[in-house]
Amino acid sequence: MGQERIVGTPVLRKEGVAKVRGAARYIDDISLPDMIYGATVRSSIPRGRILKIEFGEGIPWGEFVIASAKDIPGANVIAMINKDWPCLVEEQVNHPEEAILLLAHPDRHLLPKAVAAVCIEYAALPSVHSIEESERGDVVVWGEDNVFKKFLIEKGDVDAAWSQADFIVEGEYSTGAQEHLYIENNGVIAAYTPDEGLTIWGSMQCPFYVHKSLVLLTGLPEDKVRIIQVETGGAFGGKEDYPSMIGAHAALLAMKSGRPVKIMYDRMEDMVATTKRHPSRTRIRSAVTKDGKLLAAEIDFALDGGAYSTLSSTVLSRGTIHAGGPYCWPNIRVRSKAFATNCPPHGAFRGFGAPQSLFAIERHMDRVAHDIGMPPDELRRRNFLRQGLTTSTGQVIREPVDLGGLLSRALTLSDYHMKRERFDRGNAGAKKKKGIGISAFLHGSGFTGSGERYLNSVAAMDATADGKLRVLVSSTEFGQGTNTILCQIAAEALGIDYDAIEIAPPDTSLVPNTGPTVASRTSMIVGKLVHSAALGLKQTLQAAALLGDNWTTREFCEAAKAHVAKYGVLRSTSRYEPPPDVFWDDEKYRGEAYPAFAWAVYVAEVTVDMITYGVTVDDFVAVQEVGRVLNPVLATGQIEGGVAQGIGYALYEKVQWERGRMANGQMTNYIIPTSQDIPPIRVYFEETPFSHGAFGAKGIGELPMDGPAPAILNAVSHATGEDFNAIPLLPEDICLRLGLRPAVPAEEVAV
Amino acid sequence: MRSHPAEYELVSPGNIAAVLELLDREPGVWLPVAGGTEVMVQFSAGRLAARRLVNLWGLKELREISETDSTLTISGGCTFTQIREHCAVQKYFPLLAEAASWTGSIANQNRATIAGNIVNASPAADSPPALLAYEAELELISAEGTRRVACTDFHLGYKETALVPGELLLAIHLQKRFAGWFRYGQKTGTRNAQAISKVCIAGVGKLSEGRVEALHIGIGAVAATPLRLRKTEECLLGAALTKSAIARARSVLSTEIAPIDDIRSNAEYRRHVAGNLLEDLLDTFAASKDAA
Amino acid sequence: MSLQFISLVVNGEARELEAYPMERLLDVLRDHLGLTGTKEGCGEGECGACSVLINGELVNSCLVPIAQANGTEIVTIEGIAASGQLHPAQRAFLECGGAQCGMCTPGMIVATVHLLKKYPQPDAEQIREGLNGNLCRCTGYMRIFEAVEKAAALEQAR
Repeated sequence: MGQERIVGTPVLRKEGVAKVRGAARYIDDISLPDMIYGATVRSSIPRGRILKIEFGEGIPWGEFVIASAKDIPGANVIAMINKDWPCLVEEQVNHPEEAILLLAHPDRHLLPKAVAAVCIEYAALPSVHSIEESERGDVVVWGEDNVFKKFLIEKGDVDAAWSQADFIVEGEYSTGAQEHLYIENNGVIAAYTPDEGLTIWGSMQCPFYVHKSLVLLTGLPEDKVRIIQVETGGAFGGKEDYPSMIGAHAALLAMKSGRPVKIMYDRMEDMVATTKRHPSRTRIRSAVTKDGKLLAAEIDFALDGGAYSTLSSTVLSRGTIHAGGPYCWPNIRVRSKAFATNCPPHGAFRGFGAPQSLFAIERHMDRVAHDIGMPPDELRRRNFLRQGLTTSTGQVIREPVDLGGLLSRALTLSDYHMKRERFDRGNAGAKKKKGIGISAFLHGSGFTGSGERYLNSVAAMDATADGKLRVLVSSTEFGQGTNTILCQIAAEALGIDYDAIEIAPPDTSLVPNTGPTVASRTSMIVGKLVHSAALGLKQTLQAAALLGDNWTTREFCEAAKAHVAKYGVLRSTSRYEPPPDVFWDDEKYRGEAYPAFAWAVYVAEVTVDMITYGVTVDDFVAVQEVGRVLNPVLATGQIEGGVAQGIGYALYEKVQWERGRMANGQMTNYIIPTSQDIPPIRVYFEETPFSHGAFGAKGIGELPMDGPAPAILNAVSHATGEDFNAIPLLPEDICLRLGLRPAVPAEEVAV
Repeated sequence: MRSHPAEYELVSPGNIAAVLELLDREPGVWLPVAGGTEVMVQFSAGRLAARRLVNLWGLKELREISETDSTLTISGGCTFTQIREHCAVQKYFPLLAEAASWTGSIANQNRATIAGNIVNASPAADSPPALLAYEAELELISAEGTRRVACTDFHLGYKETALVPGELLLAIHLQKRFAGWFRYGQKTGTRNAQAISKVCIAGVGKLSEGRVEALHIGIGAVAATPLRLRKTEECLLGAALTKSAIARARSVLSTEIAPIDDIRSNAEYRRHVAGNLLEDLLDTFAASKDAA
Repeated sequence: MSLQFISLVVNGEARELEAYPMERLLDVLRDHLGLTGTKEGCGEGECGACSVLINGELVNSCLVPIAQANGTEIVTIEGIAASGQLHPAQRAFLECGGAQCGMCTPGMIVATVHLLKKYPQPDAEQIREGLNGNLCRCTGYMRIFEAVEKAAALEQAR
């Protein structure tokens, strides 16, 4: 380790020049000859049956292509884990903004008017709009009991532990929905000819997911469906499942019209109609000794999944597994459920259930510390997982983990103790109160349990006829640096220049299925596959005596070119092999949940303005152990970006629901931090290389989403002396709690 | 983009007399558009009811800031950037320069005009509280001629102004008489930039022998219109700023404002924060005697 | 309604076209002139992805009716680089990791160029304010701030 020339260095982003020139081509920058535009007619009620559809006056309907569920050649479903998500409504609407009809026309500007002119009459049915309502079961909107999925994790004997406790601490914690707000809205172009089949270009994370869904929807053979990811302007999980839906819509219009069709959402449509982060409610009851030893926890973790199951079972899974946090619980029981409600289905969003359950446990730890009279850092320190101990699923931590060290470093860097003391002294009567809070957490890299085995990913490298070396993966770039790090790995493995490696466009007719670009798996798992494929390429050339013991980049490329000239091809493929001794029981939810965890401690310093009740984050320290930093600039950028999203999640981003519809679907009313709202974010890495990850790397994409919200709420609670256990925490919420008291205690002002 | 450009007309008469003539000839037909930061948002969202618009952008008569020894005149078409960067505004009317710097973003400030901000009549507009505190006078113009209206008399109700059909807001007139006065301005929004106000307050005042000699407070986003807090000011005139005087003022304030629940915030919060801001303003005012 | 004859200078080149007067400058740039570097992120003047310069002033092109841009000089991201060479701001964004997904990047770089013209050596507050109308969802702004500082240094060195 540390001997590498390219891995670990800040090489420039592979597609960076195009991006800074404004030359990168996103889907709305692309047009095809003869292309027309599509738009979606959506429901205006949360639940009910369609009685009548009328096409209003003033629109030249004869010029339009109109598609409905009847036009679906295959199955009317967007296949995810289950098959309950309809592509288009047939009779029953189950959430506001559900897609009912598709319209296409050459004049893009005419479409919104046409959509508005479609008049739909419904017979409304009762609907459900919260976890509590769904749980009560008075109105069943999905399955038998509104429950998409449930899990139970048990370790030790929780029931016996209560009697051993010196303190029993209970709490309820909740998190709201969060909108991805990628700066590029969802968009696709679909084209169909009977000869070539269906091609879809779009902004997406997982071309093979779209492929699978479209094969089922169209009934076309697999090799007649081709999905191509184009430059994607941000995703964060919001383009993991949704592109299959919008892709299907464009495909139906393309197939019906015989022309290429572009569907491009504007901001409001994207906000109101597409997926969000699952809202959550967590109840924790914990037993602890007076010396701060955690004895047991009983955790009830609930998610609001929206109207269809889509990814709820896997989000629930990850949230459930992370619910205990980075601590050793001798006894723990986690019961979790994902509930159906009548809003657009919730989906993947960076962190995928972990930010929700980790928020709860990390707020809870501060409250436990408070109740037993121990400093919050000390309580954590006494209970951290380390090598040899087991997680809540019974996974033995095999690598050396030093959370205590991360904690100490974070506390030093943030000047935690000094500040905590100073704030405690200065806060009484202050117009601006200060607080400082900690969060400690972990994030499992890769798919849960047997997920990676099931994905069975394949990566390849090849050479073109003129000696260009290419990485062939279905992993997509959407800002996080996929292109760059995979080319770095390949270049390192081949011993040539970074600039000599290209990465092929994620086109399902061209690249193997390396699995979806999710779950913080790209560096660790796909990177490892690329590494192997690269080594295979090198070995092939050496075996063919085209390459000696040393070479320059030029010599290597010449050798590759020669191989292609002689044999017609130079290609090396690598298939995923699970690490040995990894055991996961899907029934009991026990065993090795993840091949590796990244570990972190974050510290947030805040000011609470007692006049406006506004919270400002003044400083943020993020310390994490990530296996290996493949590219320091990209890695730092990932953490900083995740922290910014976490700050938004904690303090600014509130989805205002009105009977299942997002009422604030505009950027002016859905608030994310601007450049003037972000604190200095100070990022520090530690590396304990993971032997099964590329050059020791573990995943980092989602990790930074887990820490900010609990650290910030811990800081606000510290500053105000009040328990705040729900996010987003808005000034209005603080005002409600504190506003009964005057802003500043009265002092006679002698004038 | 939810409107069809082909359905809209935007004419550019090129000078103010021609604009007024058009507005006079066809009253209620033509919607004036200056910087477009309000109109174009509605247009993009498919919510712009007006189909015929008349262009005020680029009319030189509307872009001037002029001063005499005792007055400052800001033409209606001045952008927030012009206003915040103008030396005389910064010197004599710093709350207005501040309000301009808190509006939107840099790009929006380059286009949004002060007349647009006032005439659009959002109760949360950032410039009216400062204009009210400075007792600005608005000059309105039509084909018939000009007339003046005190800023306090301009906003009649929710999104309702004293403009009659055919009239434009030509200029804002300010008296340079606040040198040495205490001043206080605060905007409370959803974030530090590009935020619509939940409460915005601007106040100027003068103490004499420890008692309030003059006090003007303008406040926004807590009623159907921007308000001049006359009753609150009234109860403090001639008084010393004691704890009880301030508490009394706070309860008078509560009767003067009428905050609502909306997509951005709620009445409870606005009421509390308005009260807190008033207290902070008065505390700072009281302490200013030592700074003077 | 009828088309209006529009003439303007875009990235140093005189352009003439016909458009409806209420067409957004953003759409004219992208659809009529093929300059797709300027992006639409929100259509409401909040995100700044559509930022361009009109007569040297930073504006959100989604809020400008083309009739109001008649006779003006426009600079878009495509006009920032001087004949093949990257502008220092572009170089700095590249080297500092200021662009991740790249969608906010054109607007962010135009805003940076505008900022540096006004404040060649901006302090931290001026940088934050100068970019306050350009939302980024990927970077958390830190690499961008660094890029602006580096761009300022590169410009000074020129």
